[in-house]
Amino acid sequence: MLTLSIPIYEKLPNSLDLRLAIQWLTGKADWIGLRLYQEITHQRGARNGHPDENQVSFDRGVMVEVFHQGHFGYCGTAHLTKAGLELACHQAKQMAEAGAKYKVADFDLSAVRPRSVGHYRSPVFKNLDCETLGDFSETLRLASLKLKVSDQIVNAIANARLVETSIHYVSSDGSDTLQEFLLLGHNYAATAQQGSESQTRSDHGGVASCSQIGLETWDRAEILNRCARIGKEALELLQAPNCPSEKMDLILAPDQMLLQIHESIGHPLELDRILGDERNFAGWSFVKAEDFGQLQYGSKLMNATFDPSVPGEYASYAFDDCGNPAQREYLIKDGLLVRGLGSLESQFRSHLPGVANFRASSWNRAPIDRMANINLEPGSSNLKDMIAQTEKGILMEANMSWSIDDYRNKFQFGCEYARLIENGKLTSVVKNPNYRGVTVPFWNSLKAVGNAQEVEIYGTPWCGKGEPSQVIRVGHSSPHCLFSQVEVFGGVQ
Amino acid sequence: MSLNFNEKWQKHFDLLSSSLFSNLKSEEDLNLNLQGEDSTFLRFNQSMVRQNTRVEQVLLSMSFQGSGRRVQFELMLTGDLENDRNLTSSLLERARSEVQALPVDPYLVPMKSNGDSVREYHGKLPLAADAIKMIAETTAGVDFAGFYTGGPVLRASRNSKGQKHWFSSENFFVDYSLFTKNSDGENKAIKGVYADLNWDQNQFSKQLQSSQNQLSLMSRKSQLIKPGAYRTYLAPAAVAEILGTMSWNAFSLKCFKQGLSGFKKLYEKEKSLSPLFTLRENFDMGLCPQFNQQGEMAPAQIVLVEKGIAQNWLSSSRSEKEYGIAANGCDPEMLRSTEILPGQLPEDKVLQELGTGLYLGNLHYLNWSDVPGGRITGMTRYAGFWVEKGEVVGPIQDLRFDESLYQIFGSELAALTREQHIDPSISTYLQRDLGGRKNPGALLNKMTFTL
Ligand SMILES: [Zn+2]
Repeated sequence: MLTLSIPIYEKLPNSLDLRLAIQWLTGKADWIGLRLYQEITHQRGARNGHPDENQVSFDRGVMVEVFHQGHFGYCGTAHLTKAGLELACHQAKQMAEAGAKYKVADFDLSAVRPRSVGHYRSPVFKNLDCETLGDFSETLRLASLKLKVSDQIVNAIANARLVETSIHYVSSDGSDTLQEFLLLGHNYAATAQQGSESQTRSDHGGVASCSQIGLETWDRAEILNRCARIGKEALELLQAPNCPSEKMDLILAPDQMLLQIHESIGHPLELDRILGDERNFAGWSFVKAEDFGQLQYGSKLMNATFDPSVPGEYASYAFDDCGNPAQREYLIKDGLLVRGLGSLESQFRSHLPGVANFRASSWNRAPIDRMANINLEPGSSNLKDMIAQTEKGILMEANMSWSIDDYRNKFQFGCEYARLIENGKLTSVVKNPNYRGVTVPFWNSLKAVGNAQEVEIYGTPWCGKGEPSQVIRVGHSSPHCLFSQVEVFGGVQ
Repeated sequence: MSLNFNEKWQKHFDLLSSSLFSNLKSEEDLNLNLQGEDSTFLRFNQSMVRQNTRVEQVLLSMSFQGSGRRVQFELMLTGDLENDRNLTSSLLERARSEVQALPVDPYLVPMKSNGDSVREYHGKLPLAADAIKMIAETTAGVDFAGFYTGGPVLRASRNSKGQKHWFSSENFFVDYSLFTKNSDGENKAIKGVYADLNWDQNQFSKQLQSSQNQLSLMSRKSQLIKPGAYRTYLAPAAVAEILGTMSWNAFSLKCFKQGLSGFKKLYEKEKSLSPLFTLRENFDMGLCPQFNQQGEMAPAQIVLVEKGIAQNWLSSSRSEKEYGIAANGCDPEMLRSTEILPGQLPEDKVLQELGTGLYLGNLHYLNWSDVPGGRITGMTRYAGFWVEKGEVVGPIQDLRFDESLYQIFGSELAALTREQHIDPSISTYLQRDLGGRKNPGALLNKMTFTL
């Protein structure tokens, strides 16, 4: 039987042993780190009942890191022989020497490269060799057909993205960490069209359904049920009136909270942004070094954590890419800003508290400060009560559009699907729901947070940042949240 | 003697592709595509080096067709011939089994030879150590945050029907921002890009000096502009940013047919843009290969919108098979090398013609806010000024806009500048991008700002 698993690297004779490789290189510089990053990405999809995409990518290489006079030089290579690694080590050393004269910080090696040993594995019960390619493709094909609940559905897509990653990091002073991940993401979306109007409904937004888990969660019957509902809601949107334009109370579902958290908590708290590294690309931050411990970021109900320890969440891990052991930390406690998203290097430069978030997208990029799992901690309310207490408001679900300024103040976000709330009850469905606001006043208008039973976990594979640019995986969990008096509006009239 | 990057990989690709093609059985076809670079990345903050990295990477894409199905693999090549032969022959075997397990693909396009071509652009690039020294020393004393990328980039395509294309370019860019604080103590910045094939230290210094002159305007007192509609000039870099957002889905045939197009109403002729507005793909700019990943050549020019009226889509041969509309070598169906034709307004008359309103040098973080409605949102960034009676009063605090493209390039478009600016792509996600845009600035009667 042909399963999903494609073990081409295992079949290679003379495959690289990283522990041996660090011995070849030790002595060629004051300190050397090697990070072997191997990733196999399976993209399988069906559209309107036919196969659409069947692509598998195999990526494998080593980032060599050399420390010289307080500065790190980097060289990435996919040429994984002794000669290939020696050349890369030589080039990394050249980079370290060239940069050291003009370095932004004079790092103390022991402060920024802890000696770590350990192993991490995603909580997986069924691996890719437990499912045949034929069955898997058939599920996607059936899902795309199930979405097509009417002739008005002009496009129905079902796709899955399975990622197998292993990161092995060793250093010349004895670090040795191995982390193995299996990541599942999928999307089912239906686009309904009538005249010049078209509306798309998906499974919690195009990229949000992703987790670190095995194929034990891949259940055809459950997927097909979900697809039938998505198709029906696309048709509802096609007939729905535009979202009204006025100030009202806003309940965000967890599948939109993920984006709200990402853009208006995660990015502004990155210490490398605050230090100015990102100023020429993604931007700076309204948060300043002196705001930690001082700034009332949100209402007392707001608690946000960096939490790489949630089983199954998309960006859980045990060590970051400089070997720093990862643990849960409060970023915002009772609305007060307490900690930033900064790696050991950023902590060294800024003298601010941080987290283990020095992460590279692959072997060909140097690590930088990234989000991992950034979660909004549950409160004591629930969705039913939030609706009941709202006289005039709207409940928005599933992110569709996102934009925020380079200091992370003025945002505008759009969702797929919304329902109005009138006198404590959900009423009509409206299309093109959007809202805008400014980060700190918005979070200070938070007036109810759902409880732990209503937390949902999402993520995205596509957080972009850095020069050279990198996309990285993040996870965000949250319950429903209620915000008072937000500027809400619809599409072009 | 050692081979340079291009020679080394050309030889490797020759050997690897001929052994793969010779292993094909009858009724099997294989397309191979190569994307490679040997890059130096230098990141600066306050004119000092934050991180510097050297990366050599060459990615092979294999597209296998057999039994009416298609399977695709991507493989990061090791550069070691024996290893790469092992890995690719494992993948070929796998592809053969996969096509037996997958359903038939009704939109499969039979493979054919799309001819051959060679285009090479040679450059003169500094060594990493020299680039660091020149950039750090030229920018010392200014608050400079920037990014240098340089080195060879290659794209190549071959298939089992005999097609053979090669494109390579040795280029670099310095993408930078200069920062200052204005009289209100607010951070203000301006943006610049110096990109070319040959590094010229005088040219870099000159450009930096002109950026510094612009920065001095930013140090004036901020003008607080309330949300509303204003007469607005979008400089070429701001217009290019809008093109970047339109690239995703506005001109794609597939998106149009699937209900995902931002220009559905334009292509259905329910709406039009301004007669001043003509937009085309123009591969004669030499910024990227004219062949796509399948090795199909696009025509040198594809007119998408002429004088405000939609003319052609970007369409792939797969879309042709599904929708019956002729392909024009665009796969993916995105903008690659785009030109907006110039207008009549001389650049040095822009402030005078603007009169009173907003001068916007750059835009940031654009997205669709209503796809079928053709509306986009985004922020102003960098050089944004309030202008009165043709004179710059001072910088603005950044504003959010939310406006329909039918207004921006349609009913509100008053003029395009006579001069066009070239904006080569500087994207480095996954790998260095090629391509770019050439466009004028745009004067709008009004543009809507909401926050
Ligand atoms: Zn992000």
